[in-house]
This record gives sequence, C-alpha cells and structure tokens, in this order.
Amino acid sequence: MTEAIAVRGLRKSFGDKVVLDGIDLTVAEGTIFSLLGPNGAGKTTAVQILSTLITADGGDIRVEGHDRVRDPEAVRRAIGVTGQFSAVDRLLTGEENLILMADLRHLGRREGRRRAAELLEQFDLADAGTKIAGTYSGGMRRRLDLAMTLVGDPRIIFLDEPTTGLDPRSRRAMWEIIRQLVAGGVTVFLTTQYLEEADELADRIAVLDNGGIVAEGTPAELKRLVPGGHIRVQFTDPEQLDIAAKIFAESARDDEALALQIPSDGDVASLKAMLDRLERESIETAELSIHTPDLDDVFLNLTGRPRTETEN
Amino acid sequence: MSAVSLALTDSATMLRRRLRHFIRYPSMSVQLVGMPIIFLLLFVYVFGGTLGEGLTGVSGGRDAYLDYVTPGIILMSVAATAQGTAISAAMDMTEGIIARFRTMAISRASVLTGHVLAAMIQTLLSVAVVVGVAVLLGFRPSASVVEWLAVAGVVAMVAFALTWLTVALGLVSDTVEAASNMPLPLIFLPFLGSGFVPTESMPAGLRWFAEYQPFTPIIETLRGLLTGTHIGNDAAISAAWCAGIALLGYLWAKKLYNRDPSR
Repeated sequence: MTEAIAVRGLRKSFGDKVVLDGIDLTVAEGTIFSLLGPNGAGKTTAVQILSTLITADGGDIRVEGHDRVRDPEAVRRAIGVTGQFSAVDRLLTGEENLILMADLRHLGRREGRRRAAELLEQFDLADAGTKIAGTYSGGMRRRLDLAMTLVGDPRIIFLDEPTTGLDPRSRRAMWEIIRQLVAGGVTVFLTTQYLEEADELADRIAVLDNGGIVAEGTPAELKRLVPGGHIRVQFTDPEQLDIAAKIFAESARDDEALALQIPSDGDVASLKAMLDRLERESIETAELSIHTPDLDDVFLNLTGRPRTETEN
Repeated sequence: MSAVSLALTDSATMLRRRLRHFIRYPSMSVQLVGMPIIFLLLFVYVFGGTLGEGLTGVSGGRDAYLDYVTPGIILMSVAATAQGTAISAAMDMTEGIIARFRTMAISRASVLTGHVLAAMIQTLLSVAVVVGVAVLLGFRPSASVVEWLAVAGVVAMVAFALTWLTVALGLVSDTVEAASNMPLPLIFLPFLGSGFVPTESMPAGLRWFAEYQPFTPIIETLRGLLTGTHIGNDAAISAAWCAGIALLGYLWAKKLYNRDPSR
C-alpha cells in the first residue's frame, strides 16, 4: 500500500486549548478517507495543518512523501484544498476564477482556457461561467470552489465539510463528483459531521473527538462498534408481540408500545429476511421503522457521552 | 521555472486579478480620485485668492496659488490611493480565496505584490485625472517632456513606497474600518509640509517638523519639475525616504502575511 498521507503524533494547541492531542493517520493512495467528528472536534484544524495553511506544534507529517515542515512547497504542488468557507473570488466570473487558478498553476494560456471550459461543463456551470461568482447560489459556489481545486489535477484533495449547508439534491450531486474523482485515481481526505456521508463515500473512517482519534476502520468495522441500528416493529396485540419476541431472541421489547427493537444495520437483505420470517409465522404487524446508527450513536458508544457541540 | 520568473509570473497574475476588481468595483476608485479634486477646488476657489497674495516671492492671487498647490494635491491623491489599498488589502484578507492562495505552490508575496502594482497603476491614472482638472482650472506647468516623465517617475516611486506601507497597515488591522482609519495621517501630511503654504510661514516647532517630514522634499521635487522652482538635493532626499518606507513596508507586510492566519 502506498501512503498518500502519513501523520504521526500530530499536536496543535491554540493558547491553553489543546485541539489535536497527538493523532496518527494513514491514508492509502487512491482512496477516500473521512475524518468524522462533531463541531469543534479539530477536523478543520487537522485539514489546515495538512494542507500547509497553519503550522503544527509537533508531529511528523508526510503528504505524498513530502515533509510538511521541511518542504511545504512540494506538499502544495501535490494537493488541492476546498475549505469549509467559500474560497472563490466573488468579484470575478466563474470562468475568470478558473483561469486565475490555471495561471497560478502555470498551465499556459491555451491549456488554462481549455481546462476552465472543461470544468465549467463538468460542474454544470457552463451557463453561469460569464456571471460574477458573487451572484451564485450556495450550491453553485461550492461547485465552482471544487472545480477551482481541480485545476492542475492535484493528486490529493482535501475537502473540509464539502456538503455542510447544501440541500439534499446538491449533496448527492457532490457525492457523485467525489466518487468520480477517486475513480480517476485521486486521493480524497474528507471531513464531515455526518456518519451517513462518511458511510456513503469513505474507504476508511477515523472518528475525532476532543483532539483524539477514538475509533478508526472501514465503515462496516465502525458500524459494528455502534449497535445503535435497529428495526422497530409495532404489533397489533400483546400475543403477537410475545410470538415475535420468541422468534427474534436478540431483540429488545417494549411492552407499553407493543414494539420490538430488532438489531439490524438497516440493509435491504436483512430487512427482507426479517419480513419473510414474520410472514412465515403469520404475525400481524402495525408499523415498521428503520433506525440507522447516526453520529449520536457513534459518540454515545465510543465516548460514553452524547456528543458536545463546542464552537470553534 | 526559476524563483524570480515564478515571482514575476504570479505577481502579474495577481495584478490582473486586482485590475479586474477595479473594473467590477469602480465606485472606490471614483471616490479616491474625487477627494483630492474637491480639495483642489476648495483651496483654489475658496482660499486661493487670499493665499496666493500671501505667497512669498510670487504674487498673482488665485492663478499663482493654483501653481503652488497642485504638487501638494498630486501627493494627496497618491496618499488617498494608498489609503484605498489598505482597505482593499484588509478586505481581501477576509476572503476565503486568500486561504486558497496560501495552500498553493505560488510565489508567497505575489498577492501583496499584485496589490502594490495595481495601486501604482491606479495612482498614475488618478494623478492624471487630478492634473487634468488642474489644467482645466488654468494650471500651466512649464515642464518639458522629460520633466513630465520624471513627474510620473516620482509619483510611481512614492506610490510604490506608500502602498507597501499601507498594504502592511491593511494586514495588521483587525477590521476593514481600522484599515481605513490607520493611513489617515498620510492624507494630512501634505498640510503639515510645503503642500499648501510655504514652511517658512509656520511657527518654529511646526516648521521644523514640516521641513524634515518626507512629504516636503517630495512636494518640492514635483513643484520643481512642474513649475521650475529650485529642486536641489530634495530629489535625492525623496528617493532615500521612499526607499526606506518601501523596504520597511515590504518587510512588515511580508512578515504579517506569513503569520499563521488567525482562526
């Protein structure tokens, strides 16, 4: 496995506040790595350090094999960054923004124009290309932002909460774009507050809380650590509940609501198996709902307390 | 690409970015050139008659005063544009795109150089407008073509020095408001020098300040080039002041830019 990013013992404090307390991270080339955590966990700080925006207090950081401290310029040549806050020039048009990036990447005039046109097309901004970026909607600005990051074809891309504040449709469109990037061999380092997003996209997830990594693994490994997912089935009468409770021995019953909570990761196959079983036994059900584990479950299970919303 | 040609290429890119900003946001440029023109009209038409009579060595009322005050107004428009640069630099630093620049493999100071080069172009245009208005009012400089070029050279030199200083002031300011207030003394320095009245007419302490502050030799140099008064070593003193201010401003601005950006 070739390492795109390797971090050992990364530390950073702002005044008395320890933001990153010696974290280790490894990201394999051509994969999506997701740093998952609540607001104030230190995700943005980690991205800012890895992308050479701010300095670390300690630790060994290598990006594409280059030392973050000794050779930040080589790191900068290998990476593209889309931060949490819009990094487009609001007084320039979409096309001018992309050409600005092409000029700064020294692509040459003709190649710069070609790449700008290509990215405008790819990001569904062709019609808006000659409009000033300040007039763009949030989703359009986010797409332009990412398009600007891709000028010059960086090998490693940092995305700091790329879908926060986007509507569900824009979010799915962004996911699709990220998947396409990785299909092209790019490494993506992504931060998110949403377990669902990390689950959809990431090859590996690290959960960051209070400046430390509290869990790391594939989405499946992580979800095994989080038994919060279940299917809740409500029955028409207590007898039916009794029968069902015997069949699903590992379930938890709620007599008052005439309901059973059956552990499940919520995928279609296990859901179908469960429904088939209910049907075979001719058990009548009133209502059914699926609860997938969310970030709250992760935090409750990994840290033993609800997640705290501390602002930066 | 060598470091020098990289710096030149990136600075040219950033200059184009800034010139586009001027075109998209022209009200700021109009405001910056409007202020010295208002002062020119005010001083020539309101005070000019009386001040012209009182000028040592020249008499001729308003016309003589127009000749006298124009170099001071030119310097005032250089200072006004420099103030505008402090505001633009401070505003720019609040934009997310600066963070993007910092994570790109580009010449480190090119964002700042872009600001300074664009401000120099803006200054030369603004001074051209101010001189044009002065000529419309009856200003008749005796300068030859070479002297006009020298005037442009002095304006560019002063603009270079002052904008490096105001870029640093823009970076050190926490807010855009602070950035707009901090360079205000620059606008008033022509008053506390030979810009509006000869320094000989001032009381002792003020006169001492007026004669040794950097704007006075610059004004005297411009005045000599435009209207043929004695320049002497004022040109050399101006160049030395500008070199010093430019170096200080450059090093300070670069240091401020290289700080870890505050969160």
